Amino acid sequence: MTGIVVSAAGFGVVFGLTARGAGFSLVEAVAFSTIVFAGASQFAAAGMIASGFGWPAIVLLTGLVNARHALYGAALAPWLRAQPRSERAAMAHVLTDEAFALSLVHFRRLGFTDRRGYWIAAIGGVFIPWNLATLLGYLGGQAVPDPGMLGLDVVFPAAMAGLAVGLATGRREVVALCAGVAIALAVALAIDPRVGVVAGGLLGPAVGLAVPRRNRDVPEPDELPAEPDAFARPDRSEDGMLP
Amino acid sequence: MSIELVGLAVLMFAVTYPARAIPLLVPRFEHLPPRALEYLRLVGPAVLGAIAATEVLIREGPDGSPVLALTWEAAAVLACAAIVAWRRNLALGLLVAVVLIAVLRAAGIA
Repeated sequence: MTGIVVSAAGFGVVFGLTARGAGFSLVEAVAFSTIVFAGASQFAAAGMIASGFGWPAIVLLTGLVNARHALYGAALAPWLRAQPRSERAAMAHVLTDEAFALSLVHFRRLGFTDRRGYWIAAIGGVFIPWNLATLLGYLGGQAVPDPGMLGLDVVFPAAMAGLAVGLATGRREVVALCAGVAIALAVALAIDPRVGVVAGGLLGPAVGLAVPRRNRDVPEPDELPAEPDAFARPDRSEDGMLP
Repeated sequence: MSIELVGLAVLMFAVTYPARAIPLLVPRFEHLPPRALEYLRLVGPAVLGAIAATEVLIREGPDGSPVLALTWEAAAVLACAAIVAWRRNLALGLLVAVVLIAVLRAAGIA
């Protein structure tokens, strides 16, 4: 879990700096990290605000970027269905890429549901480091006179590209990524970059779906949720302790 | 201190939370048609790639229309993507991209 904490903290610092550079107030930066609590879409929104995008486009893109969270919930649902509904509703807010990865691997290793382990991973491993680091990055930004000279403006597009590549684990994902980029650029040149992003995000996956899946594209059990193995029901469900 | 963007955060939450919560709260969500689940899985790389590409490759031309621009920033982003593909390490990729641009700017190249 240490790697996840370090990663969340490092990324949170950069978000704090990015938010400051995009003209956020401290309250707004912290509100993004606590209320939205979804790194990729927070970076996307900060970049889009700085570029003058309107709120409707930002909200639409947020929905697109975060649609993948539905898969995480679907993969964890069999493990968490014995928990009270109110607790599952609270668990949903802190269901991030990292929390999903940590908890699913943990549940599988144990063979049963460890609700305390979920909270430790989601809150202790991601939510707290992310929010503290956002605050630190924002306040620390005061000491950086010209973030542009440090190259910090490249963090946002680099993070988007890196996250995209990280998610491209099979032939379909690679095709969806390439198609999304190509469509976005073509539409951006023909119409507008904002329209291009939406078009690439919507049509890229459709192109990816048209590609036959190879057997070796099937991810390892702990990589992605949308595979049959990820939806396997646990043998038993009970509260447990971290090993 | 401005709080205008808190409203935007709430709207972003309003479109993010359902994606996280519905599968946990709606019984049998995991039994959506496989094509729908597969489409959702492909949205992430497509939309993130689209954002990155338009951010670094599209600039405003002299007449105000969008033009394709190959910049050092685009090269840095590409380097980050290549490192993530090679080492599966986003932090290292970001570090290389930032250092590359900082050095190029300090040298007056970028």
